[in-house]
Amino acid sequence: MTGLPLLSIAIWLPIVGGLLVLATGSDRNAGLARLIALVVAVAGFLVTLPLYIGFDTTTSAMQFIELLTWIPRFNIHYRLGVDGISMLFILLNSFITPLVVLAGWKVIEEKVAQYMAAFLIMSGLMNGIFSALDAVLFYVFFETSLIPMYIIIGVWGGPNRVYAAFKFFLYTLLGSLLMLVALIYLFFQSGFSFNLLDWHELRIPLTAQIYLFLAFLMAFAVKVPMWPVHTWLPDAHVEAPTGGSVVLAAIMLKLGAYGFLRFSLPIAPDASRELAWLMIALSLTAVVYIGFVALVQADMKKLIAYSSISHMGFVTLGFFIFNSLGVEGALLQMISHGFISAAMFLCVGVLYDRMHSRQIADYGGVVNTMPKFAALFMFFAMANAGLPATSGFVGEFMVILGAVQFNFWVGFAAATTLILGAAYTLWMYKRVVFGAVANHHVAELTDINAREFAILGLLALCVLGMGLYPFPFTEVMHASVENLLKHVAVSKL
Amino acid sequence: MNFVMPDLYPASAEIFLLLMTCGVLLVDLFAGKGRHWLVYLLTQLTLAGCFGITFFTLDGQAVTTFSNMFIDDLFADFLKLVLYPAVAVMLVYSREYLAARNLDKGEFYVLVLFATLGMMVMISASHFLTIYLGLELLALSLYALVALDRDSARATEAAMKYFILGAMASGLLLYGISMVYGATGSLDIVEVGQRIATGGGNKTVLVFGLVFVVAGLAFKLGVVPFHMWIPDVYHGAPTAVTLFIGSAPKLAAFAITMRVLVTGLAELAEHWQVMLMILAALSIALGNLAAIAQTNLKRMLAYSAISHMGFMLLGLLAGIVGGDPRFALNAYSSAMFYVITYVLMSLGAFGMILLLSRASFEAENIEDFKGLNKRSPWFAAMMMILMFSMAGMPFFVGFFAKFAVLQAVVAAKLTWLAVFAVLFSLVGAFYYLRVVKVMYFDAPTDTAPIEAPRDMRFLLSINGLAVALLGLLPEGALEYSIYATYAFLVGH
Repeated sequence: MTGLPLLSIAIWLPIVGGLLVLATGSDRNAGLARLIALVVAVAGFLVTLPLYIGFDTTTSAMQFIELLTWIPRFNIHYRLGVDGISMLFILLNSFITPLVVLAGWKVIEEKVAQYMAAFLIMSGLMNGIFSALDAVLFYVFFETSLIPMYIIIGVWGGPNRVYAAFKFFLYTLLGSLLMLVALIYLFFQSGFSFNLLDWHELRIPLTAQIYLFLAFLMAFAVKVPMWPVHTWLPDAHVEAPTGGSVVLAAIMLKLGAYGFLRFSLPIAPDASRELAWLMIALSLTAVVYIGFVALVQADMKKLIAYSSISHMGFVTLGFFIFNSLGVEGALLQMISHGFISAAMFLCVGVLYDRMHSRQIADYGGVVNTMPKFAALFMFFAMANAGLPATSGFVGEFMVILGAVQFNFWVGFAAATTLILGAAYTLWMYKRVVFGAVANHHVAELTDINAREFAILGLLALCVLGMGLYPFPFTEVMHASVENLLKHVAVSKL
Repeated sequence: MNFVMPDLYPASAEIFLLLMTCGVLLVDLFAGKGRHWLVYLLTQLTLAGCFGITFFTLDGQAVTTFSNMFIDDLFADFLKLVLYPAVAVMLVYSREYLAARNLDKGEFYVLVLFATLGMMVMISASHFLTIYLGLELLALSLYALVALDRDSARATEAAMKYFILGAMASGLLLYGISMVYGATGSLDIVEVGQRIATGGGNKTVLVFGLVFVVAGLAFKLGVVPFHMWIPDVYHGAPTAVTLFIGSAPKLAAFAITMRVLVTGLAELAEHWQVMLMILAALSIALGNLAAIAQTNLKRMLAYSAISHMGFMLLGLLAGIVGGDPRFALNAYSSAMFYVITYVLMSLGAFGMILLLSRASFEAENIEDFKGLNKRSPWFAAMMMILMFSMAGMPFFVGFFAKFAVLQAVVAAKLTWLAVFAVLFSLVGAFYYLRVVKVMYFDAPTDTAPIEAPRDMRFLLSINGLAVALLGLLPEGALEYSIYATYAFLVGH
């Protein structure tokens, strides 16, 4: 382990870099803004690599801990640290950021500096969420991350962007405000501490646990999003620019799921077990019902948005069946979904940049004009459907195994996703890519350029690599997951 | 009967201000046209002088003078040290605006100084009559200030409304004070507290009086259902005056509320806490809901002020839990922190309106901020910081203000009230977001370049950045409130 405050660098480098990009000012310096943004984003990824290299996989304790006093008045500390659960998300987030910067390279022509800065700042904030071990610090990052996303959707989004931006903001704020009250309550219960690790040891009566669980549920369910509070996501995705959709799907949705693991399960384990039936029911609804909803979408982005909700249903299902297969599968699913959904949205972005339409009906026969793109898109569509040897398969399979272990019928219902997922993804793919050339717009399409190929190719490698050899991922998370499950199994009444 | 010269030392800042105000009056008389800068400069110097006096005479001892009518303690000094800069910043922001409307007469500065004196007297009052004295000095100056633009029908109407309702509120307060006097036989706040504590005074009469006192205070704070004047006065007054009314007087109103309720009528806490709870809940609900419907930014900020004051009251009512004052320091200091934070944000928000206003144009509608990001990304960012801070978003100081109050409320075992408050903050977030929306998402309709004197631009930037920086490092400001409140609580 090095002496550098790696986590702080991972958080503040993109934020400071973002402010630097802002300082380049107007669109006359757009080239400079792009360049600085890319350099910062790549550097931001590189500094997170030592986190993986130096990570001790044998322990479930927090690593790379940093501790500074922040607000002694309320005993709030600047306390950072990662374990096997959170570390991978910091890597994922920092990996996605350069791709987002590249994806917006040519498309974004207005207010380039602000666009790039918003993404960089958001990236830093999200690293903060994943590494904060102080509840207020977590909350502060959690809520602040809404601001850049609100701006991204509202400024660079589609025609209905204002509605989507407000819906996104207010919906998520509603959840987190209730969580704030829960955090303050825990502060007094724990004898004036905001240290998450202290809270994990806290004994709380069942009723209070249930209230806390519900408050956390509000915050995290909206973020995941779980059925029935998912309605903001399709709107936000459809209206957001490609980069916004990528970050939303790949990282922001994971915040909610991560919150379950960091707050709900260890702090209110009895309530978690008590209400597991509810969580399982909601998750299965998301998997099955939302899967059907995805089937009938006419808009590609909406379809992928619903597919995300369905996949995230898998994640929450995995958490609440309380076995290590389920939780590890869910975590893998989160990371894999980060790659695949990012790639799917980028693919739609590639098409949208050329045709300015997301309607499936406007396409057809794209393979004739964009063969390279069609091949990559095919690969990601298969991964989204959970084809073995892609990362999409590993997580889903593990969760299904875990679910069967828990209860056959739950596992059965979850397994329908293999059919539904294949149905909506591949059917969309067929309509867009195959068949005769639909119209002269499609006939005029040009295939992806080197930049786009590099982005998608990189993601394809990740998806394939993770699908073939998931061990580097499971190895990291194993100890932490076991420890978490041990925690959950013990009553804290 | 022999006359004893009172100790003037504790009131030296007030006396200095009074003398200087008379000086400013005289200078204004002889300076003639085109010399307004001299009056302006003198006013700023006066405030700087007051700051210096208060700062260099700081000491931990609470001293009373004028037969216990006037108190100089750390609580008063700390509030005054926020008050002077708030007034000074207000003057910087307003200068160009007033000049463009030919309102920068000497009267403006004199009235502002008198109002400041009134606020200082209120902050240092330890006697019901001193409170009334300061209150009237402030209120009468403000009535005149609102009507300063005498050709404007809207301003005159606002001044009339303000005057009539304000006079009625003063009447209510006086009536309540007379009841308290009747029950305890004293007007000295500390003595009143002691007499009630030792069982003196008829409880029924006291509570009856309390109702009127609270109503009077509620009017000055501008909380529901005594808020009627706020939107009209904020809207009708020249923006520079709105800026003044919307900022510094909140500090003074907070101070007298603390003195009267916490020092004087602490024994009746169980009664006034319920009243404050109702006032706070109504203000938070109505303020936030009504603000949504506004298209005029000044009116929107007026309703937002109502909700903010309601939020501040939450801190005040959480101090004594079932007769146990264990959480008093925590709760009152968070209320004080909230007020100071609010003054800072309010200065910035109204300052932005002044920044965008021109000679013949009032940028008072939300629409007028359309596309500000195109016209001036820097000031759009400042306004965004201010709006998000008011909405209570973190990494801005507004979040920690709300956080401090909420934790005090939860500490007092009023978790449901905290949930109520945060749910209405969500409603509040909507209208602040709308301002951000017009600045960032819409195209500009007004393309005039933003012209403002350099000192104003600089100060407004500092103001916005302070909101952001205090959000990153709120500890200093929190400690500041703690010290002041501690001195206040130890003092009695």
